[in-house]
Order: sequence, then C-alpha cells, then structure tokens
Amino acid sequence: MKHDDLVGAGTSGERVVIEGHVLDGDGEPVPDAIIEIWQANSYGKYAHPEDQQDKPLEPSFSGYGRIPTDDEGQFRFTTIKPGPVPDLDGKFQAPHIVVSVFARGLLRRLVTRIYFSDEPANATDFVLNLVEASRCETLIAKKIAGVSGKLEWNVILQGPNETVFFDCGL
Amino acid sequence: MAKIVTYRRPNPDSQPPYLHPTYISSIKRAPSKSLIYLPHTLSEVTGPSFTEAAIDVKACDLTRQHSGNPLGERIIVSGRVMDEDGRPLQHSLIEVWQANAAGRYLHKRDQHNAPLDPNFTGSGHTLTDAEGRYRFVTIRPGSYPWGNHHNAWRPAHIHFSLFGPAFASRLVTQMYFPGDPLLPFDPIFNCTADENARNRLISLFDWETTIPSQALGFKFDIILSGREATPMEP
Repeated sequence: MKHDDLVGAGTSGERVVIEGHVLDGDGEPVPDAIIEIWQANSYGKYAHPEDQQDKPLEPSFSGYGRIPTDDEGQFRFTTIKPGPVPDLDGKFQAPHIVVSVFARGLLRRLVTRIYFSDEPANATDFVLNLVEASRCETLIAKKIAGVSGKLEWNVILQGPNETVFFDCGL
Repeated sequence: MAKIVTYRRPNPDSQPPYLHPTYISSIKRAPSKSLIYLPHTLSEVTGPSFTEAAIDVKACDLTRQHSGNPLGERIIVSGRVMDEDGRPLQHSLIEVWQANAAGRYLHKRDQHNAPLDPNFTGSGHTLTDAEGRYRFVTIRPGSYPWGNHHNAWRPAHIHFSLFGPAFASRLVTQMYFPGDPLLPFDPIFNCTADENARNRLISLFDWETTIPSQALGFKFDIILSGREATPMEP
C-alpha cells in the first residue's frame, strides 16, 4: 500500500515535495526501505480523537503516508507543511513530520522527525533542543536551490553523519 | 491544554537491539549513536486510522485471491490485539505477508529456486473487531534458505504489521509456529534477549479454531506497547 501523495482536493497549506535517499553505514543505498510519515494538517490538527484542539479537520487530508525506496534507495512524497502542534508545556512545537523507517536489517523501526529549514520556531522547539546542535541538521529538510517547493531530507542509518533517531518506546 | 495519554515503554530486554551481529544485515544498518529519549507528545500519541472503506473484505482470506486454490496446508491464524492493560484494540489495521508453501515470496528480490504458486500472492489485511479480534485464512508458509551464514534457513513465519491507536504503538513483527526445529538457530528470532518475550512470537496450535476437514487453527495474540509488548522483528 504505497501512499506518497497526501494532498487531496481542497487540502489547505503550503505544498511541498520531500525527497531523499536512505543510505547505510557504507553510504550504499538501501533499496528495500519503507518510510512512513504522520503529520498534522496546515492548522496543526491531527486527524485523531486524542487531538482535542479547537482547530479545523480536513476530510481530504489524513496525514499518513507510506513510501518505499526505489532501487537507488530514493524516496519522494508530496504533502503540505504542517501547522504547529502543542508540546507538553502548553507551548508549540516547530512544524514537523514524524517518521518511521523500516528495512531489512532493522530489527526495530527507527523513529525520526522532519523539520523545515525556514522556521524560526526551530530555535525553541523542545525536541530539537534535546539534540546536540551539530546533529540537528540531520532533522531539517533543506530547500533545493532553483526548485520551488522541493525539499531534500536524507536518512543516514549509520556513521559520522548519522541521522538523529529517537527512542519512542516501540 | 488537554492532558494527553502517553504509552508505557517496553522492558529493555523484551525488544531486540538494533545491532545483532549474527544477523548480518544489521551490521551496516544499525545506528551507531545512542537514540535520544523522546517524550510522547501529541505527535506520538496520535496516528493514522483506517476505516472499513479502506479495507478489502476479501483480503483476510489469502486462499481466495485467485481462481484456484493455493498449494499447501490450509491454516487459520487468529487472535486478539490488546493494549498494555489487556484492553482490546478495536478497528485496528493488521497487514500480513508471507512466503508460499514452497518457501518462496512473490517478490522480485526473492531468487530462491522454489516454485511460485499462481494461486497465492501471500499478502492480506484486515481490521480488528470490537473485541480486538482478527482472523486470517491462509496456507502454512514454507521455510526458505537465506544468505546470512552457511546453510541458513528461516523458520516458517508470517510477517505482521500493526498500527494500533497511535504512532507510538506501531509494530512490525513475525509470527512463528510451535515446534519449528529451526527456531533455536535463527538469528532473527533469537535477537530478543528475554526468552519469555521471544516466545510471545510463537503461535499456539488451537483446537478451538481448527475446522474439521478444513484447516488447522493457530492462535497469535499481540500486545502493543507496555511491559508485555510483543517484540518487534523486521
């Protein structure tokens, strides 16, 4: 069940295409990975009963995507930039997408996040502040020069430039 | 702000490590740096939901997806999906995929020289009911060789993928069969240190769900999150 275009008719928000590669510890592409994403809509509202915020839901936007990598280890999906959602102290987190990575050789899923490069809120995001500054870059999707609406974000499974992964329980 | 309900974490040894060197594929793919502890926020305690509309009702019978019957021993795999307190998780998506009776996947990367079965695709899905129950009809998958080490064979298994209520309860695992002689030698099955946790991945033969003259029943209950959580496997 591939689902790489989350934007339906009438979905509000800034449309973005996010693409990148999944690479192993030797920098080799991982052609058998699956990226799963979960995110709020452009208002910062999740399509889920646990989200009690008084914000609009959009029937055209579920917030879920599943994208397999191709033979070159590349993935690409189309979505909208999510709005801010609350953290645990009643403040807001910077806009982000939560990500699971599955692949042969990964005995457990890896959990990470995608943030956006043009966001002043990144500076005060409590999750980014759990990460040493030099590694935060791995969580931020960057604009591709000359291509509007296209962002690059890679998953480096292992090594000096390893992506930051989180312990989320399961 | 409304207080959110977070998820209890599994005991450390009850889930596999990322690096398990006897499982060769983990060596270049396991992260080398420590994971960063992520408190559960609204982003982790919410997650995708799937309605009846997204489900193909025929997808829970893997023996009826083609014009003929697949070869192999017909089985019924059923059980309950529960949360950490034993409460049923209703209307939760379960996906399964497996090799055919000869031990071959319908996948371009599977080059094992066992035959494909034109009447068996090997993938299915269903939603749990109001009591958290699910049921698949399928055939018993075969064991197959793999390149992990000399004379390596995977025990017969069915892959399970579950969402549960939230991003934090997402689980992909494998179900095994009782009495499989390959289990003690399988680096994937043995990657979970806690023996009790590991044994939760072995289904039970079940007379209750066995149908006379039709199919053997196997029971496989799954716990998403918490101390008794079912271990993950790729």
